[in-house]
Amino acid sequence: MPLKLDETDRAIVNALQGGFPLVDRPYAAAAAELGLSEEELIERLKRLLEIGAATRFGPMYNAERLGGAVMLAALAVPPERFDEVAEIVNAYPEVAHNYKRTHRYNMWFVLAAETKERIEEVAREIEKRTGLDVLRAPKLREFYIGFKVPV
Amino acid sequence: MSLKVDDRDRAIIAATQAGLPLVPDPWAEIARQTGMSRQEVLDRLRSMSERGVIRRVGLVPNHYKLGWMANGMSVWDIPDDMVDELGRKVGDLPFVTHCYLRPRSLPEWPYNLFAMVHGRTRAEVEGKVGRIAMILSPHFRAFDVLYSTRILKKAGLRISPDVARIPHGSKV
Repeated sequence: MPLKLDETDRAIVNALQGGFPLVDRPYAAAAAELGLSEEELIERLKRLLEIGAATRFGPMYNAERLGGAVMLAALAVPPERFDEVAEIVNAYPEVAHNYKRTHRYNMWFVLAAETKERIEEVAREIEKRTGLDVLRAPKLREFYIGFKVPV
Repeated sequence: MSLKVDDRDRAIIAATQAGLPLVPDPWAEIARQTGMSRQEVLDRLRSMSERGVIRRVGLVPNHYKLGWMANGMSVWDIPDDMVDELGRKVGDLPFVTHCYLRPRSLPEWPYNLFAMVHGRTRAEVEGKVGRIAMILSPHFRAFDVLYSTRILKKAGLRISPDVARIPHGSKV
């Protein structure tokens, strides 16, 4: 069941999906914009994280700029083999997340490793162990991404 | 301007993987953990932010818990010579949270433009996909929407041993 947030919580979630200031006393600065006290903002952020309304608060790093490689990949898994294949795929530490989706390509996962070579190696291993072809969908270009999910 | 991160940047990244300390002076807390001065921590965070190593600083909402239960990955087959122009228009839509050009894998996968849309219900996502279709019309040759029905795994991204885990929410 969805969590119920009050007006202030919603304002915080909407305002702080990005743009947290890198200044002295940043919570005080962000709180002022929201008409809150520093203490209240900190307490509410703690609570939003505790109840799971947010999964993280902090800097979002760009994986590729840290020298890593990432690739979106997919498998078309026969329904009767889905759990077995999910287990094989998820066992790789290089698999960061994995979603079941409504399509013949029903398993979509992100591979992340130190090098592109390692990503290809994992993709080939998954193909060998599952007998299924991995659809490789690396990002070629990104069209502006703000952060903007209103709640 | 270097895109590279050095060991001192990595120490800060490691110290902030779980998030920023929720205390009035988080920089002092990170300084304490990394053995740097508070000013160096702040300077390095600002520099990483300017260089795009840090994409943004903020809160990662949990869509599901907030009632945004429908997550649709809309995928489109757009002629190569138009995809830049049209991709930018789609990426500018306020409700599109991610928009990427990715390679086709013919004949199995004809789609090259991916636009992620969230909604409270599938009907809401469909409405938004309809608005994307209006922008892409008459240029798209085919499209589909793949709804997520189960999270099979959600962990951080392991990038390198020095930066043990990049948390989810990081852009890939």
